[in-house]
Amino acid sequence: MFLEVDHLAVSFATRRGKVAAVRDVRFSLAKGETLGIVGESGSGKSVSAYAIMQILDRGGQLESGRIQFDGMELNRYTNREMRDIRGREISMVFQNPRAALNPIRKVGHQIEDVLRRHARTSASGAKSAAIEAMRAVHINQPEKRYHSYPFELSGGMSQRIVIALALACDPRLLIADEPTTGLDVTTQKVVMDLIAELTRSRGMSSILITHDLGLAARYCDRIVVMKSGEVVETGTPDGLFHAPANAYTKRLIRATPRGGIGIGDLVDPPRQAPQRPAIGAPLLQVRDLRKTFGKGVNTVTAVDAVSFDIHAGESLGLVGESGCGKSTTSSMIMRLADPTSGEILLDGRSLTDTPASRFARDPRRTSLQMVFQDALASLNPRFTARQSIADPIRRLTRENADGRTEELAGQVGLPVELLDRFPHQLSGGQNARVGIARALASRPRLLILDEPTAALDVSIQAIVLNLLADLRADLGITYLFVSHDLHVVRLLCDRILVMKKGRIVEEGDAQRVMSNPTHEYTRTLLDAVPSLPNLKI
Amino acid sequence: MADRQSVAPPIAPARTRRLLGHAVYVIGDNPITAIAFALFALIIGVAVFGPLLIPFDPLETNASRALMPPSLDNWFGTDNLGRDLFSRVIIATRLDLMISVAAVALAFVVGAAMGSAAGYWGGWIDIVTGRLIDTIMAFPLFVLAMGIVAALGNTVENIIYATAIINLPFYARVARAEVRIRRDSGFVQAARLSGNSDLRILALHIFPNTLPPMMVQISLNMGWAILNAAGLSFIGLGVRPPTPEWGIMVAEGANFVVSGEWWLAFFPGLALMITVFAFNLLGDGLRDIVDPRQRT
Amino acid sequence: MGQRTRLVLSRMLQALPALAGVVIVSFALTRMLPGDPAVYFAGPAATEQSIAQIRVAMGLDLSLPMQFLHYARDLLMGDLGNSLSTGQPVLEELARRLPASLELTLTALLLSCAIALPLGVTAAVHQGSWIDHACRALVTAGVSLPTFFTGIALIYVFYYLLGWAPAPLGRLDFVYLSPPDVTGFYVVDALMAGDFETAGGAMRQLILPASTLALFTLAPIARMARAAMLEALSSDYIRTAKAAGLSQRKIVYFYAFQNAMLPVITTLGMVFSFTLGANVLVEKVFSWPGIGSYAVEALVVSDYAAVQGFVLAMAILFVALNLVIDIVYTLVDPRTRSTT
Repeated sequence: MFLEVDHLAVSFATRRGKVAAVRDVRFSLAKGETLGIVGESGSGKSVSAYAIMQILDRGGQLESGRIQFDGMELNRYTNREMRDIRGREISMVFQNPRAALNPIRKVGHQIEDVLRRHARTSASGAKSAAIEAMRAVHINQPEKRYHSYPFELSGGMSQRIVIALALACDPRLLIADEPTTGLDVTTQKVVMDLIAELTRSRGMSSILITHDLGLAARYCDRIVVMKSGEVVETGTPDGLFHAPANAYTKRLIRATPRGGIGIGDLVDPPRQAPQRPAIGAPLLQVRDLRKTFGKGVNTVTAVDAVSFDIHAGESLGLVGESGCGKSTTSSMIMRLADPTSGEILLDGRSLTDTPASRFARDPRRTSLQMVFQDALASLNPRFTARQSIADPIRRLTRENADGRTEELAGQVGLPVELLDRFPHQLSGGQNARVGIARALASRPRLLILDEPTAALDVSIQAIVLNLLADLRADLGITYLFVSHDLHVVRLLCDRILVMKKGRIVEEGDAQRVMSNPTHEYTRTLLDAVPSLPNLKI
Repeated sequence: MADRQSVAPPIAPARTRRLLGHAVYVIGDNPITAIAFALFALIIGVAVFGPLLIPFDPLETNASRALMPPSLDNWFGTDNLGRDLFSRVIIATRLDLMISVAAVALAFVVGAAMGSAAGYWGGWIDIVTGRLIDTIMAFPLFVLAMGIVAALGNTVENIIYATAIINLPFYARVARAEVRIRRDSGFVQAARLSGNSDLRILALHIFPNTLPPMMVQISLNMGWAILNAAGLSFIGLGVRPPTPEWGIMVAEGANFVVSGEWWLAFFPGLALMITVFAFNLLGDGLRDIVDPRQRT
Repeated sequence: MGQRTRLVLSRMLQALPALAGVVIVSFALTRMLPGDPAVYFAGPAATEQSIAQIRVAMGLDLSLPMQFLHYARDLLMGDLGNSLSTGQPVLEELARRLPASLELTLTALLLSCAIALPLGVTAAVHQGSWIDHACRALVTAGVSLPTFFTGIALIYVFYYLLGWAPAPLGRLDFVYLSPPDVTGFYVVDALMAGDFETAGGAMRQLILPASTLALFTLAPIARMARAAMLEALSSDYIRTAKAAGLSQRKIVYFYAFQNAMLPVITTLGMVFSFTLGANVLVEKVFSWPGIGSYAVEALVVSDYAAVQGFVLAMAILFVALNLVIDIVYTLVDPRTRSTT
């Protein structure tokens, strides 16, 4: 085997003593093969890769294990010897590409540093070699980009530079650690295709570390599934997805949104999707909404002539990439921001007549509530769950706060004994439940869900999505679901709006938009999202 | 995650106990912080009970016992007028602490209010506050304090005002930054949706969350404020002789150091140093408790 | 190069509001004198008439804005008033004494940077080692030292006990003649004149006060250098550099160090502020004939024009130093260049 990792164990020294991060990890990689390492946060997938490279963070230590790379026992190499391996034999690409580059050094010079370190070029030939490396990752006008600083580049462009830097010395193995996390789906596809193309054309082997099963399924020859620092299953994408042997793998696959399934199929055991409530008259009407920032030549139009209706009982999806204006639109509807022009009507009466700064005292405040993107950040760190949920009850209703808080906790499935905990003492899923309970406290009629599951692992996302579907069926609330992920939105929504650059480019029934998109951009979006094969397990 | 859920008891007294437990844990982990807390307690004790501890009247002169080195009778020796230095150093604690505590309290209240308003509302409030702070910071701060005391008049109150003014920018800046990063955070938006008014959000949701970093700032600045106040009296501003005060005592003793009578300047200087040291250690310790990542 | 010149010019323009603020505050300080300044300046034997004369002479009968305009005009012409005690123009005295203060301050800053930067960087690179602990202890102790007390302690040890240092009385022992005035810095001037003996004498006088001041400024610089270096070393781009196999030297001294210097340069502004303040105390302790001791002497005899002139001079000096820091920062950090 080209790379063979055996009995790998890594521990970290913490204030509470040694904590094992990875135990008995084993996998292997053949020449020219692409291996996916998949797992949720804390599964130890990145740590395993850092251990191979010997670039563990402070306090991290390789406890045991054999790392054999093309006949070399890397685990016996000193740090000095590893420096000759890193960048020349094995390279790495990281997430958050803009932070991964030295902010005050020209990107061309950073590539030169690597080339010269591994003696791939003379001082005089360095520049042209660096430009060549940049051309190889399809950077336009590399002579010009050579002089750019990272802050002048987009995320996707920065990631190309990081890839150019990693591949500059023709290594034989590339490890990509969540290389597309934080990038938009369309950029994600471009970056992944680039990595796949370059590794294939150079006959390289590669390891793709990701939390996204779909991504691994699309790009990898074999997949290793990790959980809590251990490998639970290894197999080919086909074998793994059609006949997962391990219960955790099965649960993970099941929880990943994919084509052809209902929301109830995400959880184990599968359940019947709850009834969708009857659709009534228009509840909220958005008319020619515009929002601009800045003045004069620097004016940026974030939302441009957006109009749509949401009917009572309906669940509407608002989908787009970052910067498309979907968040600005939702905060205007929530009355946290004022539009530049246009109107928002609730039950036919204008909401925008009352400025956002005074809306806190508007009686209709109770009708409009929101579930935020990052549940932990949306909870006051000094409030217990009980205080967070009771705050809107006290401010907006005349109900008994204690009784109502416990009733809400019951509705969202939060055990009452957890109500006196602070956010940092609760898990991600529990905090999400607190956030939902608080949003429901004033008995709203319209709930905006702003990427409510984006910060959660897929298994918890599955549970939260089902909870939201149940609440909708039970309480008859209307949803506006804002997300970047069409596959997630489809599960919960009747109708979908697709936004691009401040405008709505497509609108229609959820099934129709997914199966037969009319706008070019929707097709790009759908095509870019890697999804699991259409299967039922 | 799972074990954390099973251990944390939900009732309120347990929460206090847990907080105490955390503090004990941090102090136990870092004995230096424990020393800082002990020193702090000692200094406060001396400031409060000072008059009960002293063997001599700090103002009583005795020409026959002038310039005596430290002895069993006069632990810190006597000065050129025969006054007991131990008594004077002990008595001075209260005045030195009072000046700096009053100055820092004043700076904290005004600075935090200004900074919070500037951070939350932005706009012209932010511009005006920012200009004011920048103007104060455009001076070397100790020199500005000298100028203020010279202009306002040479009294202890004016020392307090001057020290407060030069401390103000630090609080205003920390408060502004801490409020600003939370102004558009999820929990503040949620508080808006829950029907809270702006003032209520600022006072009940944002401000309590900015207190830990502010506490650290207070503790770190207290030492600096003491040094500044003592520096002002060292150059003859504020406190007048024969009032015992550390800065002025060091200044008086300085003339005798070249002839070998070291104790006149040494003991008040040492008291000053230990006090400032205690506050700085305390600040570092508090920072560890508040944010272990910033450990320096 | 054209772009850089433009940037430097724009930074200089941005220093103007600070300068305006300084002038306004100094004006306010001159008008905050307790009681009627005219009565004060007329002296104890004044009559109604002489007070009125002085009021007109000082322009105190004008409206406040007019008074300010007069004040600003006088400043532009370099008129800071006359010292009450010596009768000399304040500006002349300050100008004569400024080189002494600058010589002391700059020597101290060079000394403390030369020690603090390597110390902070080494402590960060070897986090948790004995040098790191020593650095932490030194830093906490350093910010707790009252400068005037350190100075006195050094005098006691090195002058009284050991006799290594000369008497703490000014810039040059009376056995030497002042070197010809070129830069105003005695050591430099003496060396330029080839008078090594005088240079040595000036150096011996300088070493104790400069060390006192350096001990005080060492702590904040070392603390910031260590913190900034730790932050830089744990950043993502260092991990990328490691993964690319760059040498330890390149990673620590180019990638991390260059980035870590940015916050340190910013901190230098604060350090200058502390240094100029502590300078006053050190000058008093060592009878150093700079502008600080001039101000202290003036304070004792309530010579307000001299004190205000000193405050203004220090503030302008500080604004200039901050401008230099700003320009250096702009030239070092590419990110600041695009935002203007």
